[in-house]
Formats: sequence, C-alpha cells, structure tokens
Amino acid sequence: MIPPILARLRQGHHTNRFPDEVPPLPDRLRGRPTVDAALCPPGCRICADACSVDAIGIEYRNGKPVPRIDLGRCIFCPDCATACPERAIRFTPEYRLATRQRDDLVVEDGKVYALGKALEAKLLALYGRSLKLRVVSAGGCNGCEVDVNVLGTLAWDIGRFGISYVASPRHADGMLICGAVSANMELAVRKTWDAIPEPKVCIAVGACAIAGGPFAGHPEQRNGAASVVPVDLFIPGCPPHPLTILDGFLRLIGRIEESRVPPA
Amino acid sequence: MSGAWCTMRAGTAVPLTDVPILPLDALRAAVISGVAAGARLGCWCGDGSGMVYAVLVDDAAGRLLVARAVLPAQYPALTPECPQAHLFERELAEQYGIIPVGHPWFKPVRYHHRFTPGPDAWGRPADQPIAPGVTDMFTVTGDEVHEVAVGPVHAGIIEPGHFRFQCHGEHVFHLEINLGYQHRGIERAAKGGPHPRTLYQMEAAAGDTTIGHAWAYCQVIEALAEVAAPQPAIDLRALMLEFERLANHTGDLGALAGDVGFLPTSSFNGRIRGDFLNLSAAVCGSRLGRGMLIPGGVRFGIDAARRDDLHRRLDRAGADAIHSGELLFNTASVQARFEGVGIVRREDAVAAGLVGVALRACGHPHDARRNHPTGSQAGLIGMPATANGGDVHARASVRFAELRESLSLSRFLLERIETDGLLQARTPCDPRPHHLAIGIIEGWRGPVLHLGITGSNGNLTRYKIVDPSFHNWFGLMLAMRDEQISDFPLCNKSFNLSYCGFDL
Repeated sequence: MIPPILARLRQGHHTNRFPDEVPPLPDRLRGRPTVDAALCPPGCRICADACSVDAIGIEYRNGKPVPRIDLGRCIFCPDCATACPERAIRFTPEYRLATRQRDDLVVEDGKVYALGKALEAKLLALYGRSLKLRVVSAGGCNGCEVDVNVLGTLAWDIGRFGISYVASPRHADGMLICGAVSANMELAVRKTWDAIPEPKVCIAVGACAIAGGPFAGHPEQRNGAASVVPVDLFIPGCPPHPLTILDGFLRLIGRIEESRVPPA
Repeated sequence: MSGAWCTMRAGTAVPLTDVPILPLDALRAAVISGVAAGARLGCWCGDGSGMVYAVLVDDAAGRLLVARAVLPAQYPALTPECPQAHLFERELAEQYGIIPVGHPWFKPVRYHHRFTPGPDAWGRPADQPIAPGVTDMFTVTGDEVHEVAVGPVHAGIIEPGHFRFQCHGEHVFHLEINLGYQHRGIERAAKGGPHPRTLYQMEAAAGDTTIGHAWAYCQVIEALAEVAAPQPAIDLRALMLEFERLANHTGDLGALAGDVGFLPTSSFNGRIRGDFLNLSAAVCGSRLGRGMLIPGGVRFGIDAARRDDLHRRLDRAGADAIHSGELLFNTASVQARFEGVGIVRREDAVAAGLVGVALRACGHPHDARRNHPTGSQAGLIGMPATANGGDVHARASVRFAELRESLSLSRFLLERIETDGLLQARTPCDPRPHHLAIGIIEGWRGPVLHLGITGSNGNLTRYKIVDPSFHNWFGLMLAMRDEQISDFPLCNKSFNLSYCGFDL
C-alpha cells in the first residue's frame, strides 16, 4: 500500500489545463498550413504536383495561381512546403482544425478557416455535459487510435468534460471513426451506427476517415466515413495531435465557442 | 545450409539473376532443412508470374538466404513439415491462387480478391464481394462446450478482428483468430512504384511502427538504387526507432498493469508514453515519426540546443518510466497475476516461427539490431534481453529490460549524432532494374521485413511486407490454450500485436 502512495507523490500531477491553458506544442508540429499566394509565380503548380494525395488544387485568378489545400485529404507531410521554392506554403503549429462541414476543411490565402460550431440546441442540451462515444477502427493504421486513446490518460483526462469512450454502441451517444472504412469493415461500421440509439453524432478522426488518407482511391476501402454514415465533425490530421482532437470535441459540445481562425 | 541459396545481408540488393531458380522439390527441401537447421522462414511469397521466392533468415550468421522456384497451380504444401510456412502458404493462395495441397488449415488470410486474374483458391466468384470472416472455423463439440465469438468491433479503442473461443466454462480449449478487416491494399498499390504515395503508405502500414516500416522501406529502395544514407541520418533513424520502442514498451507495461487492476503503473505509463511520443514530435513534428524518413536519409536534423533539450526530457521521462516499471515488478499481487499465465513453450515458439519480444520471452536471443545491423547500428546492441518461461511475466520482463537498454542506447545516439551533419544522400534514389532487395528493422514488436523486386524499368514488380505480427498472432493462439477466457485480455496485451500491420 505504501509504495504506490509514495510513487504517486513522486510521479506528480500531470493533467493539463486545457482549454484554460494550451499545453506546450512541439515547434515543428505540422498543424494548419498557411498559404501566401502573393509569392506564387505565374503558371507555377509545384506544390500541387508535389502532393502525393492530391490535396492541393490550383485556381488561376487573373493568371495568378492560387493554391487551395484540402485539409481533409492532406496527410500533413512536409512535401508541398519543402517543394515550394518561394516558401509560399508553411505549416504552423496551429492545432485548431476541426470543422462541422467537409467543405470547410480548406486553407486558402485570405480565407477565414471556419472552425466547427457547437451542436444544435436540442443535441447540445443532451450531450453538452455528457458525451459517450463508441470508437470504431476501420481500415487505417492505428495511428489516430493512438491519439484518440491518449485523451483518456491522466495527461488529458477527457472524463473531466463528461466525454468517455464506451464498450457498447447501446451505451453510446455517438460513433467516432478512425480509418478509411475498409470494404471488410463497411458492414460492421453500418451495424455499429444502427445500434446506437437516436439522436446520435458521428465524428471522423484523421485523413483516412475524412477522405481515405494515403489509401484514397484504393478499391479495398471506401474513402472515408461519410460514404457510409452522416458525419457531424471532421478532425483532420495524419494523425491529428491529441490537442486537435480534444479541441474538436470541445467545440462540438460547446465548451469552446470562438469559431473562426483569422487568416495568418 | 547455404549450398543452393543466394546469400545476402539485410539492407542490400542482388541482381535477380543471382537468385537461383531451383526445381520446386529442391526449394521445398532447402527450406525445410534450412529451418530445421535453425534458420527462420522470413518470407515465402509469389510475384504474380508463377514464381515463388523463399527467404530464410539466418540470425546466427547474420545473413539472408534467398532462392526461388516456378510454382504450378498446385504444389505439395510445406506446412506439414515446416509449420512456420502456414500463413505464408495461405497468403500465397489468396494473392495468386496457388494451392498448397495438404495444408492442414487452408483458409483465406485477409479476405480480398486475388492480385492476378484467375480462379480463386476457395472458388469465390471474382465478380462478387468477399465477405470477411466467412470461413470454416475449428469447433469443439460436446456437452457443455460452448463457443464465444468476439469482434470485429471490440469493446475499446482496438483495431478490428474476429476471435472465436472454444470453451468449457472458463476453460479455453482453442482460440481461432480471423483478421483481414483492416485490409486496404498496400502491397497491391506498391506495384509499379515506388509511387509518390508509397512512402506514406509504408509509414501507415502500422502507425505505431511508423519508423520501423518506413526504415525497412528506405532500406529496400536505397539498396535497389545503390544509394547510402549518410551516417547522421542513420543515427537519427536509429534514435527515432528507439523513441518508438520506448513509447510502445511503456504503453504496453501500463496496459498490462491495467489488465491486472494495478492502476498506479497503468496511470503513470499512459502519461509517460506520451512524453516519449513527444520526443519524436520534437524531432520531426509528428508524435508517430511521420515525415521523418525519406529514401536517401531523413528530413529533420537536430542542432545542439535541440539535442540538449531532448536529452533533458529523455532523462526525465526515462526516470519516471523506470520508477513506474519497478513499482509494477515489485508488487507481489501483480507478479502473481503475470506468472504462469499465457505460456508459450520455447520449442513451440521456434516451430511456429515467432519473432521479437514474444520469442525473446522464450529465452531465444534474437534481435535484428544485433543480427542484421544496418550501417552504424553495428555493435550498438549486445546480447538482447531475454526471459525464460514464455508467459505474460516473461513478455513483460523483456519489455522492461528493453526499455532500460533503449534509454541507454538513445542517450548514446544523442551524444553521437552530428548536429550539423548531412541528412540526405546527394544522389537520387532510382531503383536499378531486375534487382531484389530486402530490408529488416527490429521494430518494437520484432523484425519488420520488407522485400522489393524491380522489373525492366526499375519499377517495383512486387513489394512484400512482413510485419512481426504476421508471425506472432499464432503465438497468442498458442498462449490461450488451456487458459481461462478471463485471462484473454492479459494474454492479448502481453503480445499487443498489430492488426493493420498484418492486414496491410
């Protein structure tokens, strides 16, 4: 009995204070990228060509290229930023990325990034202080699962927000999906969703669950959760930092309200 | 053992013409006698042209033996004489329709259509979807015998798989594991590559082994291209590999503590694991090491200030991890629950071809960092940590011993890394045509083996991935024989195998 108590004293208290304080983030974290289209030379599409997952589209405005990064497809590798000779694309440690709409997952020069708003009033009344999630892993790499799981540890302690992961869909208020939804998991994902009582929410975590990630287009998978079930919250990343996931959860349940990130 | 074979080292390539094409009988005999003489079947795979490649891993001599043969549509199975081949032969049948006649438990592996046109080995129609898990299962019949089916979705944040227990009350006669739910087509997609996306698919072969798989892939591509990554890059890779090991071993010890209800270590390690993941993020921006490796080198270096910061944080997290682990191993009630549970006998582990932590826990000192070192890794690892008994306690002890060693090794590498050294080779990695290369990296679970073969234009005609979990899931089935079903979570955590690394 005594050694565990002494150990507890030695190990100390480590639960971070988010959202009141943002815990330190790695300076090299590739969070939300910024694009400075003013630096883009005419006709250039080096970034789009460097992207292996087709996350960057180029629009031409008055002949000037304007890159548009789809954070739903983006796997947050350094390729575009490394390839750009003008350093027009940079990844920043900005961790706030979650949106309610698939179409909002876009980074474009001068465009405000629309972070996800809270659930509608009726759902918020039900789930704002207690949200039980069934986590389904379906055709990813177990990387997002790592960072979803870590929120349950004492460093993050999502229980303090009334959020927890539950062992049965019958006990759940919603489903959290990681992975592109492999063909072999499609039926299981549908059945899990059907087994959750109404009303319910669905959260897609990671590039795979949003758009297939590095496996997009493979016939062995379904390019993300939205092809199988309706998605209420998109949390991009490959995998997202735990803080990105937690920030998304807290926005959904109305614990963080400011909803727009101004252009850098 | 080497007579009929082409011998090579891990992390090298040979011209395809150097790989002998043996008569099928001779290849079978060579594999069977080689494994009987102490080598391990590292790979047995088709290439889509009717050829099968055999790779024996000879740890004692630190070399690989490679040979091939033309296979007919049916051939006499290896498995009855060489049990290590059992999954490889099922995989070969599923991918290319080649049937091992006499295989004792001939079932699909991942539930997908074959890679090449032709009849399915189980007669499944090519124009209809294949339902996962629909197959014969081993069953036990009798009064009061019952079956417990679990998954594919599990009651936690766990990857999908289907488990079937044959039970008599609490007593488990047999556990059968059906996987394939995470199959997303990685090997098939690599064909014709390397494509721009291939590196990222390798990183995501098993996300918790990002560095292990990415490094094995880089070894293959660099060997095919005859490009050597610079020394500082190798050291940084080795450092990241140890950070990966530290994080996962810490997490596993915490999970084992949780499964026997010992909450202090369970809680502490959940946090400390994050501290190790954050070391990886401090180097490359990703807690899993994403974006760090690239064929030819690495993309992020560390300057002196970053090195000092890493050192400080490593020391702090390391001290906490050792303290938490010692508490676990000094608690009698924990020991009572770990000891004698989930035993895999040494001879069974060797016969089944188990690898990594699971094999070392049976007293077998094999570690690719020592037996098949790459570049500057040579000499860094002495005798690997082992334990005897093959039970949960042995697998936990090996992890804890490796955690200690990994801390020392990380400190050593941090000291040695040139902070302003060259990070990437100056020549591009263009694979040579008609070569075969093999990479082996000792990931935290065990050896990660990648094999690449190029065609006439240097493109990959076959890319094969063998995650340690491919070998070790069978070990979990062995460990559950005659155990209580209530001990399954504990046994499962003591292996902590990858589903996605198996399913690819």
